[in-house]
Amino acid sequence: MTLADTFFLSFKTVVSYRLRSVLIILAMTLGVAAVVVLTALGDGARKYVVNQFSSIGTNLLVVMPGRAETTGAFPGAVLGQTPRDLTLKDAQLLGRLPQVRRYAPLNVGEAELSASNRLREVTVLGSNEELIPIRHMKLAQGGFLKHGADYSAQIVLGSKLASEFFPLTSAIGQRIRLNERRFLVSGVLAPQGKTMGHNTDEIVIIPVEQAQSLFNTTSLFRILVEAKSHDAIEPAKEAILETLKQSHDGEEDITVITQDAILATFDRILHALTLAVAGIAAISLIVAGILVMNVMLVAVNQRTSEIGLLKAIGAPAADIRFLFFAEAMWLSTAGAAFGFLVGQLGSLMLRLAYPDLPAWAPAWASIAGITVALLTGILASILPANKAARLDAVQALSKK
Amino acid sequence: MIELTGITRIFHMGEQSIYALDHIDLEIQNGEYVAIMGPSGSGKSTLLNVIGLLDKPDDGSYRLDGKTVTDLSEAEQAQIRREKIGFVFQSFHLVPRLTAAENIELPLILSGLAAAERKQRVNDTLRAFDLSDRAAHRPSELSGGQRQRVAIARATIMQPTAILADEPTGNLDHQIGVEVIALLENLHQTGTTLIVVTHDRELGDRAHRQLMLRDGKIMTDKKT
Repeated sequence: MTLADTFFLSFKTVVSYRLRSVLIILAMTLGVAAVVVLTALGDGARKYVVNQFSSIGTNLLVVMPGRAETTGAFPGAVLGQTPRDLTLKDAQLLGRLPQVRRYAPLNVGEAELSASNRLREVTVLGSNEELIPIRHMKLAQGGFLKHGADYSAQIVLGSKLASEFFPLTSAIGQRIRLNERRFLVSGVLAPQGKTMGHNTDEIVIIPVEQAQSLFNTTSLFRILVEAKSHDAIEPAKEAILETLKQSHDGEEDITVITQDAILATFDRILHALTLAVAGIAAISLIVAGILVMNVMLVAVNQRTSEIGLLKAIGAPAADIRFLFFAEAMWLSTAGAAFGFLVGQLGSLMLRLAYPDLPAWAPAWASIAGITVALLTGILASILPANKAARLDAVQALSKK
Repeated sequence: MIELTGITRIFHMGEQSIYALDHIDLEIQNGEYVAIMGPSGSGKSTLLNVIGLLDKPDDGSYRLDGKTVTDLSEAEQAQIRREKIGFVFQSFHLVPRLTAAENIELPLILSGLAAAERKQRVNDTLRAFDLSDRAAHRPSELSGGQRQRVAIARATIMQPTAILADEPTGNLDHQIGVEVIALLENLHQTGTTLIVVTHDRELGDRAHRQLMLRDGKIMTDKKT
């Protein structure tokens, strides 16, 4: 029997047992589609987080009060418990380091913003004029602390706040109160939406000195530092640690986190997560493979007398083996192909539903999904095909 | 020519060994018309299966056209079945999914013939067996007589030297059975060896040679 005839004959069989074939192909389809969609989701989440992290700055280092014994933050650093505060003086020292392009001290708090009978709680960032470029924020209008106006009571409004408080007029030059202190609106941020959980459309930025006075503190929450280049990140980290150690009476009581390190960590974690969901989805493929085996075994039983006939009219065992083999190939190939299409469709719908999420299935996942589907289908058919080939012709023929 | 020497086939039923064929010696010339008869369990079907290379004897040797075939490989035996032997069964054994034409085509497909030539030969055979208008019908849409005609057409399409028929009329009523026998006898007229297993004495008497089996042994070998 020629190869083409074998495939044609088994194709006819697949088509004539329509319901059975559709159900197996469906099982395979779901398995492959699960691999494709879940890895698209996982990899999309990874890319989303990486993009978010990249978007908050370039070559960024974050200086936090509190000491880390080894690399990575200790719990106290996150909670802000620390033996010694970070101060504005520390921040200025860092600004003089040769590896540092710019720095922004940061204080964060909540305050009540009010103007023309409107009132709301807002998140207040206290910083200097470098915060905006370091954090990759953009001003839609006006400016912030330009021309050395360091101590003036200027305020930059998030775009949503600006349109809520001054719906009819330009916000620039308007007066607004923050906890009963008067500020002059000097700029409005361009709408950016959420980055890293902060909605920059609903924050206000004031000079760090004003923030310290507003929140009655002398310490800083963080110092953001931008290194001159990617290669300068590690030297900058060393220099920052050294400088602040000297400034803090020889005690190393700060933690420096680099954006790079966090990025790499998240990348690794989410990549591992993607692999894990792909693995879980692959289990459904194995299940589909076992289903193929089960159905092929039933088929061998159903067609016992037919197999006997084929032997009687001169089909060698090899031909019969390959007929069943080809039938399983059709089923798993169809399942893999449909599964890939359904998976791509599912990813597309994910992207349409969540435009922020770059839910593209990675090529390795699609290839692995299809390969595993074909492989399990083929492996699963070996046992039934051998069983068919080894049937005793006389006994097979006598079976009704 | 079929030459059996000391052919023995033993079935094991638990502790018991049953001799389905007990040292059978038999010669059948090409072009003979032989009826194998006997009560059920006498071994007549087993004898037919051994002659058709479907069953392997436990002992003895079988020469077909001067060549020993008992120790050929499975694939070589399959090739002999394909090229030299045509089987006709009591229950027809048509593939239910395939049309009459496709059922007839099966042996040609197995022998790897090109599609164009297959089509030609299937059409010729359909015409010869008066089945042209039934070509596209599935077995379930055919009458018993038509099904057996399709089966005989399938058995002959490779132009075998021997047709082996196991109770070919067993599932047919008398009138149709006579037609089927006439069809087989026509094939015999063209020189094909015809071996029919039957328990029907009337049918057996039509053959030119009657073998009577009992308990795996040939009791009588009568030529008329």
